[in-house]
Amino acid sequence: MTESAETQVKTIIDLRDITKSYFIGHPNEFQALTRVNIRIMQGEFVSVVGESGSGKSTLMNIIGALDRPTEGQYFLDSLDVGLESDYELSGVRNRKIGFVFQTFNLIPRTNALMNVELPMTYAKIPQRERQERAKYLLEMVGMGDRMKHQPNELSGGQKQRVAIARAMANDPAIILADEPTGALDSVTGHLVMDIFHKLHEKGKTIVLITHSQELAEETERIITLRDGEVTAERKGSGKKVGRT
Amino acid sequence: MNLLENIRLAFGSLLSNKMRAILTMLGIIIGIGAVIGIMTMGQSLSGYMSSTMQDIGVNNVTISLQAKEDDDQRAGSGNGMDAMRQQMLARLMGGQDEYTEKDLISEAMLANIEQYFSDEIDYISVTDSVGSGSATDGRKYANLSMMGVGTDYANANNVEMKAGRFITERDLEAGKKVAVVSEKLVGKMFGGTDPLGEQIHVTTDGKPGTYTIVGVYWYRQDVMAIPSTASEKNLSTNVYIPLSTANKITGNQGSQSVTIITKAGYDSAAFAKEAEDYFNNVFYSRNQNYRVSAFSMESMLDMMTDMLNTLQVAIAAIAAIALLVGGIGVMNIMLVSITERTREIGTRKALGATNGVIRMQFIIEAMIICLIGGVIGIGFGILIGNIGASILGFPAEASLFAIMLATGFSLAIGLFFGYYPANKAAKMDPIDALRYE
Repeated sequence: MTESAETQVKTIIDLRDITKSYFIGHPNEFQALTRVNIRIMQGEFVSVVGESGSGKSTLMNIIGALDRPTEGQYFLDSLDVGLESDYELSGVRNRKIGFVFQTFNLIPRTNALMNVELPMTYAKIPQRERQERAKYLLEMVGMGDRMKHQPNELSGGQKQRVAIARAMANDPAIILADEPTGALDSVTGHLVMDIFHKLHEKGKTIVLITHSQELAEETERIITLRDGEVTAERKGSGKKVGRT
Repeated sequence: MNLLENIRLAFGSLLSNKMRAILTMLGIIIGIGAVIGIMTMGQSLSGYMSSTMQDIGVNNVTISLQAKEDDDQRAGSGNGMDAMRQQMLARLMGGQDEYTEKDLISEAMLANIEQYFSDEIDYISVTDSVGSGSATDGRKYANLSMMGVGTDYANANNVEMKAGRFITERDLEAGKKVAVVSEKLVGKMFGGTDPLGEQIHVTTDGKPGTYTIVGVYWYRQDVMAIPSTASEKNLSTNVYIPLSTANKITGNQGSQSVTIITKAGYDSAAFAKEAEDYFNNVFYSRNQNYRVSAFSMESMLDMMTDMLNTLQVAIAAIAAIALLVGGIGVMNIMLVSITERTREIGTRKALGATNGVIRMQFIIEAMIICLIGGVIGIGFGILIGNIGASILGFPAEASLFAIMLATGFSLAIGLFFGYYPANKAAKMDPIDALRYE
C-alpha cells in the first residue's frame, strides 16, 4: 500500500491507539488490547490472526460496535463510534456492519428469507423492497432454491451462506466475519471463502478474524495480534491459494 | 419492526413450544374463567331478580304492623329487611294473638290515607292470611295457603289468570265462598278436567271449608323462596278467597299488612317513608304497643342488588388471586424463554435491534399468551356461568362489560408481568449474549 493509494482510497476503519481494559481499579485488572492502531481502506480484504487470548475477540467487538474502547478513538466510515449512545450504536451495527459468526446465529424457527430480511426490518425498509433484496441476496449466495427453509433444515454451509446474505442486507460498509469456516469441514469452508472472494471482487470491505494461517493467506493483508498488541503486519496473496 | 411482525413472531415462538404455552396459559384461563363465570352468574341472578320484582311491581309499598318495643334503638327509617324479618317472624310464631283489634290497620285508616295521599296512591290492596293447610279429595291432596284478598290484589301482584275470573266486588259484598286456585293445584286435584265451578274441600289450621272454584291463575315461584326446596308434589300454592270471607274465618276486622300501589312516576321509596310517618303520627302515636313500618319494593330491589354486588366483588377478588398466580406463571415462563433465547437476543442486537425493539418483542409475546389465555378463559367462564345459572334455575346472561374488562385485564397482566423479563432481555449485553452457551 503506497501513500498515493491511501489518499485516493477512503479509509473505512481507523483505530487509533485503542486500549481496552477490564476490571478497571480491581486487583485483577488487565488490558485485552494495548494501543492498537489499524487502518483499513475501502475494498480491502484483511485478516486478523492470533492465538486464543490474543485479544482478537475484543478487537472484533470494538470493530463491530458491540463494545467501546477504554481509550483511543475508533472511526468507522468517518463516524466516531466511541461517542455514540447505545441506541445509536444499534443503528451503526444495523447499517454499517454485516456480521458473520462462526456458529451462524440464524434466528431459529424463522426461514432463510425472513432471516435475511431481519436487518432491513430493523432499518424500517418497506416490506416489498426488503423482500426483493433478500431474494436477490439469497440467489447471489446460491440459496435461491431454499428461501423458505428453516435453519434446522439447512446444512452448516447452507446456513453460513444465508448468514452472509443477511450480513449484506443493508449494504454495510464492512463485512465482519468471525471464524466463518470454524464450524465447517474444509470443502464447505472453501465454498464459503469463495463467496467472500466474490464479494471482495465486487468491492466489499471484509475483515476476517481467524486463527487459521491457511485462510489468512487468502486475504490481502494479515494483521497478527499477540497479547493485545499488533505484532506483525504483512501482505497476503489475496487469492485462493494452495487449493484446487 | 412494526406491531404486526412482532405479533407474527410471538405466534411463531409460541407454536414452537405448544405444551409450554398451553400450560402457561392455563393460569390465565382459570383466572379469567373464574372471574367471568362468577360475573355471568351474578349478572344472571340480579337480572332475574329485578325482572321478577318488576313483575311484582316496583310501585308496591308494603305497610305492616310492628311491635314498638322491637325498635327502640331504631330511628324508624323504613328498613325493608328488618320489616321483612319482623313479618316473617310474626308469621312463623303465629303471633296474631298478641295484638288486639284496635291495633290493626282498619278500613277507616285506609280510607283516610287514600284521601290524604290521593295524588300518589293508585289503589290499596288488603289481604288477610287465613293460614296454611291442604285441599283433599279422597286420596288426592294439595298443599296450600289461603289468603283473603280484594279485587285489586291481582293487579298489585301481577297474578295472571289462566281461566275463569279473579275475586270480584260482588264476591266481597256477599262474602261468597269462592276461590281462585293455581294451575298446579288444579293439576293435582282435577287432572285434565275443567275445574271451574267444581268444589274443593279445604282444611286450614284445622278449620274445614268448602269453596267453589271460579278462577285459575298461573303459578309463579316466589322470588324470596329458595328455589326448588319443596318437591313438586308437596308444593304449596296460594288459594285466594274474598277478603270478607276470610275476615269471617279469622275474626279480623283489620289487617296486619296492606300493600299500597303508588301511581306510576312516583318515587315509591320516598312515598314509603312519608306514608310510614303519616300512619305513625296520625293513627299510632298513642298506641303503646304497635306502630307500622313501610318499605317499598324498589328499595328492596336496590338493597338486594347491593348485597349481590358486594358478594360478587368479594368472590371476584378471590378469582383475581388466581389471575395473579397465572400472571406470575407468565413471568416465570418468559424468564425461562429469554434465558433460552439469549443467543438469539444477542444476534438480533448485533443485527441492529435496539433495546426498545427487543423489549417490545417480548412484551408482545407475553401479552399474546395472556390474550389467548384470556379469550379461552372468557369462553370457559361463560360456559361455567351458564351451567351454574341453569343449575340454580334462572336464565343466563353473559356480561359484556365483564368480557371487555377481562380482555383488557389479560392484556394488562401480559404487560405487567411481561415487562420485567422483556426489560431483562433488552438490557442484555450483546457480547455476553452472543457467546452464551
